[in-house]
Amino acid sequence: MQDLVSFKNVVVVSGNFPILTGIDFEAGPGEVVSVKGRNGAGKTSFLRAVAGLLRITRGSASVLGVDLVSNPADARHRVGLLGHDSFLYEDLTARENVSFVLRATRSDTARVESSLAAVGLTGRLSDLKVAVMSAGQRKKVALAALLAREPELWLLDEPHASLDSWTRDVLDSALIAAVANGSTVLVVSHEPHHGALVPTRTVEIGGGKVINDVRASGSADAALTTKLGTGNVA
Amino acid sequence: MWRDALLIAGKDLRIELRSKVAFNQILPFAFIVLIVFAFALDTSPDTLQKVAPGLFWLAVLISSILGVDRAIAIETHDNASDGLLVYGVDPGGIFLGKVVSVFVQLFLLEIVLIIAMVVLYGPKIGGWPLVVISAVFATLGISAAGVLYSQLASSSKAKQTLLPLLLVPVASPVLLAATKSWQDAFAGSGWLGDPWLRLLIVFAVVYLALGTVFYNSILEG
Amino acid sequence: MESKRYQRLRREVGVLSVLLVAVTVILGLWVTPPDVVQGQLVRLIYVHPPMAWVAYLAYGVTSLASILYLWKRTRNLRWDLLAASSAEVGVIFTGLTLVTGSIWGRPAWGVWWTWDARLTTTALLFVLYLGYLALRRIPADSHQRAVRSAIAGLIAFIDVPIVHQSVVWWRTLHQGATVFNPSLSPRIHGEMLITLLLGFISFTFVYVWMVMHRYQIAALEQRVLDAELEKLIQERRNEPGLGSNQIESNDDANNAGQPSKV
Repeated sequence: MQDLVSFKNVVVVSGNFPILTGIDFEAGPGEVVSVKGRNGAGKTSFLRAVAGLLRITRGSASVLGVDLVSNPADARHRVGLLGHDSFLYEDLTARENVSFVLRATRSDTARVESSLAAVGLTGRLSDLKVAVMSAGQRKKVALAALLAREPELWLLDEPHASLDSWTRDVLDSALIAAVANGSTVLVVSHEPHHGALVPTRTVEIGGGKVINDVRASGSADAALTTKLGTGNVA
Repeated sequence: MWRDALLIAGKDLRIELRSKVAFNQILPFAFIVLIVFAFALDTSPDTLQKVAPGLFWLAVLISSILGVDRAIAIETHDNASDGLLVYGVDPGGIFLGKVVSVFVQLFLLEIVLIIAMVVLYGPKIGGWPLVVISAVFATLGISAAGVLYSQLASSSKAKQTLLPLLLVPVASPVLLAATKSWQDAFAGSGWLGDPWLRLLIVFAVVYLALGTVFYNSILEG
Repeated sequence: MESKRYQRLRREVGVLSVLLVAVTVILGLWVTPPDVVQGQLVRLIYVHPPMAWVAYLAYGVTSLASILYLWKRTRNLRWDLLAASSAEVGVIFTGLTLVTGSIWGRPAWGVWWTWDARLTTTALLFVLYLGYLALRRIPADSHQRAVRSAIAGLIAFIDVPIVHQSVVWWRTLHQGATVFNPSLSPRIHGEMLITLLLGFISFTFVYVWMVMHRYQIAALEQRVLDAELEKLIQERRNEPGLGSNQIESNDDANNAGQPSKV
């Protein structure tokens, strides 16, 4: 099973501070990895590093077959990051933002309408300027762009935060479908897992490195984290 | 790269169309600068006529600082500058796209300013081919150098003061050459082989090339 | 670069520069005759052109080192440190050039400043240096700072000839080049020429010595930064995790009584 993500002793330094201090991590297609950790441990930075947004100071890293140390740009448009920053232009409408993202990532622009509809931004809402949208609505716009792109690797940083439960379900269904297609998902979440998407693996990040890596027993799409053994899925 | 450049240029211009920052803020500012220059100088009609081209280009240069600052600032709101990276847009394309966007805005500004200049300072204008072509290349050069430096200085808190310090000295040959070629044009001795025009072309080409090649390094950091 | 050999070399360069400058001063102030037209004022010629030469030499070194850093094949932080050291020394000499030029110009031309090609270009070089140094003050990690400065250094390198050419076309008032102009025979000769050349050489040695010093400081600063970084990495690696019982969630109730995971 070829690794979609392969990090070996990755150190990332930003502004003379080491945000990642030696990450060792591999993930293959179809995996759903839950990323946990204290605040400030480096979870968000880890996702951003996988997205190719951070310069790798030491170690080796490859994502989707692309060497992140020498050539991060080649991997970026194939990775979908949904994070705290929504990367939206305030003065453009939801529709314009989504279609910009699709054109920038060389995705099929025909999906603009369907993805906006999928997150519930139809009619008047899709023509609203992002500047007047609530935080949750902005997240929906970002999500719409992500859904339309169908990336091979999904990186979600607290995706459920600020989304209403209906949209959360939409996201979860999309993720389940993507995973079934062989995509890989990395999710950072502080909340106990509620949705239909079940992690096959849980990784804890502490002090900028991986300190725990627990695989669920059983098959990739049916198991729980066995450590709990409480039968508590939600 | 060219595809990305068009994409970025289109996006930036659309944002400007929506937010009208250049139209509502930069244009009036340039206008005020032209007026205020007359206060500071001896207002005899002869003097004003002579210095008109110089003051025009000075006003353009000052306005360009605001313009390129805005061009980069659009990207850093809500961390959108990471956004362009995250989508894998070609950095050379980002640079060229922004240069095009700034160029268009500056050029439109200049059209309005020329009218203001003629009205306020009363120079006799002539030699239109040279006037237009030198304006094109001067604006191109200022836009290219401006976008480059604005991005270079962008992550600093002192960006607003650092940008003029960086851009103005570098753009000073453009100021000189543009003024001179316009003076030549107005005096009737302008022709398309004017050496000042040649300098403007060289400057524009050099900075377009520099930006295209090095924008990647700046963004990657 | 902090090796004993480097230190000794630096000291030798320092001693040599002091000696050379001393000889230049003696020759310049006493041995050589005053000029027919300019009188004692001409003695500035032993100081001002050499300073200008160093200003441009420093700029050349900064630019070259910047290019070497930007080119992936030769990328090494040392080039960045060299570029920065040379720029700091360069800005001093550029400032001195402007000041001595002004001092010279006032009695000679009656004005503190003229807008001729060389003077204006030098003034511009001064500001470009200042911009370069200001850029380096932006908080960033060593690589980011190096890339930013290198690009600024490269742009400055390309800009100076453009500026120079533009001002040349604009006006020329400066004294025609006395030694390095191939079409004119040197207007000074004999002891004045020797002193002038000595001035160039001695100031060059002073430049080299100052850069060696500054570079050493920069290299040591970098070593401290690197050491601090290693320490920070270790400290961070020892940060605690979520707590022995918790991986799945912060929900203590669910996990009460579970054995420690770590």
